[in-house]
Amino acid sequence: MKLDSKIPSGPLAEKWTKHKFNVKLVNPANKRKYEIIVVGTGLAGASAAASLAELGYNVKAFCFQDSPRRAHSIAAQGGINAAKNYQNDGDSVFRLFYDTIKGGDYRSREGNVFRLAEVSVNIIDQCVAQGVPFAREYGGLLANRSFGGAQVSRTFYARGQTGQQLLLGAYSALSRQVANGKVKLYPRTEMMDVVVVDGKARGIITRNLITGAIESHSAHAVLLCTGGYGNVFFLSTNAMGSNVTAAWRAHKKGAFFSNPCYTQIHPTCIPVSGDHQSKLTLMSESLRNDGRVWVPKTREMAEKLRKKEIAPKDIKEEERDYYLETKYPSFGNLVPRDVASRNAKYVCDEGRGVNETGEAVFLDFRDAIKRDGEDAVRGKYGNLFDMYQQITGENPYQTPMKIYPAVHYTMGGLWVDYNLMTSVPGLYALGEANFSDHGANRLGASALMQGLADGYFVAPYTVGDYLANLPYEKIAEDHPEFKKAEEEVKARVKQLLTINGDKTVDHFHKKLGKIMWNHCGMARNAAGLTKAKEMIRSLKEEFWSNVKVLGTGEELNLSLEKAHRVADFLELGELMIDDALHRNESCGGHFRDEYQTPEGEALRDDENFAYVAAWEYQGDGKDEVLHKEELVFENVKLTQRSYK
Amino acid sequence: MNLTLKVWRQRNPSEKGGFKTYKISGISADMSFLEMLDVLNEDLSDKGEDPVHFDHDCREGICGMCSLYINGQPHGPHQTTTCQLHMRSFKDGDTITIEPWRANAFPIVKDLVVDRSSFDRIIQSGGYVSVNTGGVPDANEIPIPKVIADESFDAATCIGCGACVAACKNASAMLFVSAKISQLALLPQGKVEKRERAEKMVAQMDKEGFGACTNTGACSAECPKEIKLSNIARMNREYFSASLSTENV
Repeated sequence: MKLDSKIPSGPLAEKWTKHKFNVKLVNPANKRKYEIIVVGTGLAGASAAASLAELGYNVKAFCFQDSPRRAHSIAAQGGINAAKNYQNDGDSVFRLFYDTIKGGDYRSREGNVFRLAEVSVNIIDQCVAQGVPFAREYGGLLANRSFGGAQVSRTFYARGQTGQQLLLGAYSALSRQVANGKVKLYPRTEMMDVVVVDGKARGIITRNLITGAIESHSAHAVLLCTGGYGNVFFLSTNAMGSNVTAAWRAHKKGAFFSNPCYTQIHPTCIPVSGDHQSKLTLMSESLRNDGRVWVPKTREMAEKLRKKEIAPKDIKEEERDYYLETKYPSFGNLVPRDVASRNAKYVCDEGRGVNETGEAVFLDFRDAIKRDGEDAVRGKYGNLFDMYQQITGENPYQTPMKIYPAVHYTMGGLWVDYNLMTSVPGLYALGEANFSDHGANRLGASALMQGLADGYFVAPYTVGDYLANLPYEKIAEDHPEFKKAEEEVKARVKQLLTINGDKTVDHFHKKLGKIMWNHCGMARNAAGLTKAKEMIRSLKEEFWSNVKVLGTGEELNLSLEKAHRVADFLELGELMIDDALHRNESCGGHFRDEYQTPEGEALRDDENFAYVAAWEYQGDGKDEVLHKEELVFENVKLTQRSYK
Repeated sequence: MNLTLKVWRQRNPSEKGGFKTYKISGISADMSFLEMLDVLNEDLSDKGEDPVHFDHDCREGICGMCSLYINGQPHGPHQTTTCQLHMRSFKDGDTITIEPWRANAFPIVKDLVVDRSSFDRIIQSGGYVSVNTGGVPDANEIPIPKVIADESFDAATCIGCGACVAACKNASAMLFVSAKISQLALLPQGKVEKRERAEKMVAQMDKEGFGACTNTGACSAECPKEIKLSNIARMNREYFSASLSTENV
């Protein structure tokens, strides 16, 4: 099967405009005859549900949390990029496009990325109109900052709570449509399967998390806006409930899964403190604008720090190694995430880590406080500093923060074409759930941009194009395909509840996480990956014979919910390993030890791997089939990424 | 450290609930409060007992999903969310009482989990600016003085956790409602509908069964995001001026 990305022909800058003109329209009076399901209410889901409802479609919106406002987009801290060039510093749509393609290590589509940069400017306008209180200058205009590897100031922000403010904006738009009767909300409801009838996605099966009821929902199109799969690592910056289940069930129903090995390890997180740890907390990388990353020059000095014989302030300037500034003079502390993370790993592997576990580096604000004053630093990062102090018990105004990389974002996801449609007609994937815009590495402040671009400005056009060719009739919810899918879900619930083993769900999740982090984390190699595949297979077997899930299926049952999710993570983990093993190159977040430049940078193989890997499910326990979508670059020249 | 936990257990809304006492040991000071409960739940699961159900998600203090009334205070002894409360705030040998939010408008679902959908319905009644996607002016066409933008932001940081309601002797939701009304009333984008918004949101709040405000200020004192009491004053002003003006009669 040949994958058709459906990228419109013609010059890059005209593709989206041309496409918007060419898409079919649904007559305003007919829109109300269509029903659209949106799963997930984060930035992508809430914005898509609201925008589609405003157009006149009937929308059903689902989320597993108790309210749509709690989706994990809310935790994004740093900001959102837009090519407004308000700062007159040379930004443009083309520059944002170029930075994003380059930052993604040339593993994303030119057409998609350009469109993302193009609509970025509309997002800011939209959010301001909704009442999102972005940071402003004294003149009353919007403030910007430079962020995560960008050399222009194009990031809009709302203190360290940008995701919260953007999500509450989208949630308010969604709430307005609920009041208008155009959106029906289903909180505390988890999607368990996609229903495909005659080759088209025609609905979903859900489980009501309070009553346990398994229900069918029929629709004309299904949008999955269900986020990423970082929790496959157990420890990540994702919310506890973030999961891959919706995307994975769609995958098993025929939607290809792309580039699962592209995972982003974020450089500035609070280090792990012990085995009890349930999640990792990100400190926004905006901190790298003013904080300086360092470790002691010598292992001996680091040893003394670890034993608490000396304090960071006892280490003289000439004994400090500001390794990012030395190694990358032009980008310094602002190198992209993957580069910053890997270098932290290197210095810690050398024995120069600064906390008890030896897995931490300093992020020091001493110089910024000296230069701008403590108040200015508090104004910019106050809430982040408070959060750090709450968690660690240390005051970052007085002693440098300790940070270490943690799993943060997954660039891989469901394969989608230019219309954001998966390989199953009528089934769409938006935001982090798809693979489309970030290539092998996402730049800071680009996730919020993509989620809202997909939801506010892309899906409302492209979903209409699909619906225009679809009859109004809905498939009845007692159609045999719905009944069959319901029975399968019920059988799975029953199976999980009757294994009655002696290990808890968390036990398996933690084990899986360790395997993934050790062998498919910041650096991978063929031997480790091969071993990990075997380990996951036997862990999966053990799970299905020895997991203990208490309670019943007819009540709120947190261990049952988790069991479903962990079962899917176990299958996804294996696919991630296959993908990482087949990609014999390093690119962005995928770093294979065997493929690096003499300086230790990721070494791409454009000749053989400039493609999107799209995996097709073959059945339980069978290896998946790989399809390749060649990436065509007409507007950028592929270069070795260099941040020297 | 070793602790005694007195936890509210209730199978479902219709069954009668009660406190159950658990002993727990080997708790490290670096654990978060919820990680301590994770340990309890792993213990209970190992023994074949139903784990304690509680709401939580982001565990970084922003989603507003975690709740818990700990030793008589919403989110425990500090002005943070429960997920950001760490065990270093407790001592070896302590007895900790853990209850759900108590309010008529937040019915219990199970154990420590309550239903806060009344907050969603209040937002649906008017907590937005009525703009559709597209066709909006350039973001910099509306200059907003920094002080106003900052004040609006302070109100906008509400995470909708419901601690204000739990802290209030009358289970009033005034702080939550006023935070949204203030955020939007301060900004030029939201001013257009400010009166109608105040009337509708207050009406919905009353309909949901939240109590009245007595200006005690417990809500603000316990709010993990430090939402100010002055928002309630602003809400009252908007509400009264709406009822006096003829616009929306």
